[in-house]
Amino acid sequence: MSDNKQRVRRLQREPLTDAQMLMIISIGIFAAMYLAAMFTLKGGFLKPQMIFDLLNDNAALIIIACSLTVVMIGGGINISVGGVIGLTVMSCALFLNGTTIESSFTSIALTFLLALGIGLAFGLVEGFLVSYLEIQPFIVTLAGMFLARGLTTILSVNPVKVTHEAFLALVKTKLKISWLGYTAQNGNLIPAKIEIGAIIAVLVVILMALMLRYSKLGRHIYAVGGNQQSALMLGINVKSTIFWSYVISGLLAGLAGFVFLMHKPAGNASVAMRGEMDAIASSIIGGTLLTGGVGNVIGTFFGAMILATIQKIIALSPLNASWWQEMANGAMLGFFIILQSVVLSARSKGRIKLRNKQRKPAAEESPTQVK
Amino acid sequence: MQNDIVLTMRGICKYFPGVRALNNVDFTLRKGTIHALMGENGAGKSTLIKVLTGVYPMDEGEIRIDGVEGAISIRSPQEAQTYGISTVYQEITLCPNLTVAENMFIGRTAGKGVDWKAMEKKAGELLDNLGIPARPRQQLGSCSLAVQQMVAIARAVDTDCKVLILDEPTSSLDDKEVEMLFGLMRELKSRGVGIIFVTHFLEQVYAVSDQITVLRNGELVGQFDVKDLPQVKLVEKMIGKDLEDLSGIKNTARAVPDGEAFYAAEDLSSSESRPFDFHIARGEVNGFTGLLGSGRSESVRAIFGADPVTGGTVTVDGKHVKITKPLDAMKHGIGYLPEDRKRDGIIADLSVRENIILALQVIKGMNHPISRAKTEAFADEYIKALNIKTASPETPIKSLSGGNQQKVILARWLLTHPQYLILDEPTRGIDVGTKTEIQKLVLKLAEEGMSITFISSEIEEMLRTCSRLIVMRDRKIVGELTGEELTQEHVMKTIAGGEQ
Amino acid sequence: MNKKKKTGAGLGQLVIPLVALAILIVFNLFRDLGFFAITMRVNNSGNIVLTGNLISIIDSASELAIIAMGMTLVTAACGGQDISVGAVGAISGAVFVKVLQGMGSITVGSVILGLLLCCLATILFKLFNGTLVAVFRIQPMIATLILYSCGRSIAYWINGDATPQLNSPIISSIGMTIPGIPVPTPIFAVLLVGLLLFLVFKFTSLSLYTQSVGINAGAARLNGINPTLIKLLSFVLLGVCVSVASVIGVCRLGQLNHKTLLVDIEMDAILAVAIGGNNLGGGRFKLSGSILGAYIIQMLTTTLYAMNVAPVNVKAYKAIVIIIIVVAGSPVVKSKLTELWNRFRSSRHTRELSNRGVS
Repeated sequence: MSDNKQRVRRLQREPLTDAQMLMIISIGIFAAMYLAAMFTLKGGFLKPQMIFDLLNDNAALIIIACSLTVVMIGGGINISVGGVIGLTVMSCALFLNGTTIESSFTSIALTFLLALGIGLAFGLVEGFLVSYLEIQPFIVTLAGMFLARGLTTILSVNPVKVTHEAFLALVKTKLKISWLGYTAQNGNLIPAKIEIGAIIAVLVVILMALMLRYSKLGRHIYAVGGNQQSALMLGINVKSTIFWSYVISGLLAGLAGFVFLMHKPAGNASVAMRGEMDAIASSIIGGTLLTGGVGNVIGTFFGAMILATIQKIIALSPLNASWWQEMANGAMLGFFIILQSVVLSARSKGRIKLRNKQRKPAAEESPTQVK
Repeated sequence: MQNDIVLTMRGICKYFPGVRALNNVDFTLRKGTIHALMGENGAGKSTLIKVLTGVYPMDEGEIRIDGVEGAISIRSPQEAQTYGISTVYQEITLCPNLTVAENMFIGRTAGKGVDWKAMEKKAGELLDNLGIPARPRQQLGSCSLAVQQMVAIARAVDTDCKVLILDEPTSSLDDKEVEMLFGLMRELKSRGVGIIFVTHFLEQVYAVSDQITVLRNGELVGQFDVKDLPQVKLVEKMIGKDLEDLSGIKNTARAVPDGEAFYAAEDLSSSESRPFDFHIARGEVNGFTGLLGSGRSESVRAIFGADPVTGGTVTVDGKHVKITKPLDAMKHGIGYLPEDRKRDGIIADLSVRENIILALQVIKGMNHPISRAKTEAFADEYIKALNIKTASPETPIKSLSGGNQQKVILARWLLTHPQYLILDEPTRGIDVGTKTEIQKLVLKLAEEGMSITFISSEIEEMLRTCSRLIVMRDRKIVGELTGEELTQEHVMKTIAGGEQ
Repeated sequence: MNKKKKTGAGLGQLVIPLVALAILIVFNLFRDLGFFAITMRVNNSGNIVLTGNLISIIDSASELAIIAMGMTLVTAACGGQDISVGAVGAISGAVFVKVLQGMGSITVGSVILGLLLCCLATILFKLFNGTLVAVFRIQPMIATLILYSCGRSIAYWINGDATPQLNSPIISSIGMTIPGIPVPTPIFAVLLVGLLLFLVFKFTSLSLYTQSVGINAGAARLNGINPTLIKLLSFVLLGVCVSVASVIGVCRLGQLNHKTLLVDIEMDAILAVAIGGNNLGGGRFKLSGSILGAYIIQMLTTTLYAMNVAPVNVKAYKAIVIIIIVVAGSPVVKSKLTELWNRFRSSRHTRELSNRGVS
């Protein structure tokens, strides 16, 4: 083949992959929904603060959604993340209230480590059971959820409010950006406020996106999710890859617990109840397939933002009722699930036709190449 | 040790509970040669390969490789790779959701990160170098099977590869693709790679190989130069008996039976096949032939209603009928043994017994279950009749060898007493002995009045059994051969058509 | 010899749940013999009933056992689980109550009508799930996530936010005991559903069809089976199970609470299927295993209650026991254990041989 031809081949744009396609659809829907809200509901949706509020309120959801995306790409599932958040929030609240450490920095740092430690512990055990003992991930993480929820109530059945002053100060610390703010009715300039948790969440998304794209572990997770047997044959340590995907997932769940506490500084037996299902829904809406091997956290981020926007729209609309929220979530999820199925099957049909067409020229080309 | 020897295996033994899979086997591979490893199923080929690639530990023996002092021990496929032993398996063992470049480099680069640019550049060079028509950034799943296979080989040879094992690489490729693959193999051979080529296709062995090692029942029969071992001798060595068996089922050159067609279709088409006419008489054995992708399998699938039927009129036994789904066909006495045994044939986790009675049960209907005692009697009867080797009727079918699985599927259809049986590649991927048995059975059934359509990628087999051959090209019927026309040369010409 | 082997192979999958059950029983024997006491007592409505932990275990596991049976079928046919059974159960309960309220009076006839209508409603919802799974080929867990997240809202919408009360001897006969029969009625419901499924399997070859579809839907289709139909059928049967369970749940309390009716039962039902040794990936299944699994879960819960563990904390202990059971049943651990056992046997065998040689 001539150099010229080669260059053409390299420069040729690749068609969109399934994952990219699904992600673009969800970004498009998020944009459309947000624009629609801007035009119909106006009010808060016209201010940049709305975006930050969505981030502030849903930082923990975004983080566990990333956590779910990582395990789902690897072909697994983790339904213990909500429980782990609940346990982390409760333990950290109790620790902060009970600590006698003078230095507020040390105590907050220790709380942070405690949160990560709880998540890590769950990730390690679940990862070991799923990868090395080959137990079905659904059952392992279901047991994890039971354990986390049970331990939470063992720690305290009653709600625990954080009274640690330094931590409460941290909760109130917000990044203020004045040029994105707006002028209130009384003429005061109210700057846009971003919570630390929201920043952490965005960082997590970026970090996970980089990890999945540019680290070996990330690519191995895709390979294992795509086809475990093949991954093994390609020299990938499948067990350790699955193990680490759960460790990352657990760690992120612990982090999400800490972020949750920074948003609402109180422990409670029902914290992040069903959080795992929202996280799974976010991943799916963002284009992750439960079958594994397809998906990315950028899509997941928009998936979570779609759920958050629905919530906000319903809260601001006259339909203010929790069950409308649930119905809308269900409808949105149903819409995306069917859309995915239709898009994927249509694309795979198109691809088969394409392949049949390609087959002949490729075969004709071959003798010249070989000889 | 001679200088050009790259791999020596001496006295390899491998035992499984109750079985001696390999007994004192020697194997030598020279640099820059293609070495065919032959044997029936169960001869020990795959066990030997698995010992060499570290999938199984060996119980006795030693392996030496060029460039390493002393005997080496290989404990995993990864370790085998570090010694320069790479394997490409029959099933594509790549990840379809990753790109071509990733599939070539994943799992074998140093460091913790992925350098996409460098990887894609290297991949592009390698693909160009070997003449593989794929783009580095293309999703692997969007390539044809042949290209995927070649990507797997590119991956294998990019490592410091001294020994390349190709395990049945051609079984899902058509002739042109096989030729492409052979080109690549010769290219690698000229670069000094030693290639171990495992295949069931005898012609292919003679097309590319330099040497042949034959195994039988876990023992070494011998190592030969290709020119010293004609095909007939090779088969003899493999099955260990004279070829009377095979010659016994010589083409009897029977005329196409007269009389009314049992099955006839006009303008039959399905979602996968173009309209075609077809008919078969009672007691006739005919066949569809053509390259892979020529539409031969799609046509028989249309007859059986396996793909959604889109048009045409069908007559069975003189009556107009509608066959739109498999159950319709089954109710009209048609049986279909699918091309891909693993994917479409066996129900892996079900027992041999359940696999045998499945079709009959479905014809009877869900509300008329066959009693347990009856199913056991049926299973026993057919296990005996077809000589199926299984520990018990309750053994899951997946633990049987390929040939025996195929016999179970055959038993499944024979149990329904079909009047017309479609056999799509019944002899693919099974040992020579079973192949012979199946061909004999086909002729016997036809004599008893059954109509049979027989498809095989080995034209000899079809010439031996069929009295009429329907030749397809580009999803169209391009010829019908009978009587004197049924010669290998003639068939080949018709398949190739005007391109000659 | 051959026969023996067969039963042994059939039992294989049940070994671990049976051992788990045995351990629970032995543990309770040592802990407190009184745990197993069964006495006759006169209950609030003046009926003589059997009471005791065993009765209470078998009674309260009823809904779980019934749903676990349906879940087994869906798991086997579709290779995935339905996580919306609790939420759809709430809808079913809501329909049941709505019908009874609409009829004005609670009579045997209206209860039967209510049961039929809520059965119909549940089947419709399950057909929605089933269509997503069988026609659109969506993973069951994802397909049922939709109703999982909004099913209880639909139940709310059907019946308003109220928790309607149902006061009638008929209702308590269904939920508790029928006067004159000392055994709780839900137990009969389990037997009835179990018997029904047993007869279905006995007089049809649904079991063979379901397993074939679950193992290899493509091959099943080429053998004349309609996989879509079989998958839908499994969801329909699950729907029947769910509606029966929901009616028991409503009648047990004599009221409908759309938030708590059959709450979290999907998790327990999936657990029961897994503990029963069934492959969650579909294919081969044993209903008896799942039923056994349901009773193990309930026995565990009741044992923990008897040990004065607070109800909210039970989950934590349950989790630990579940992990032990699934670890024992894990393929890796199993093969290791088999290997050890074989080595033990072969060493004993050689010892015997050498002993014989000496004598």
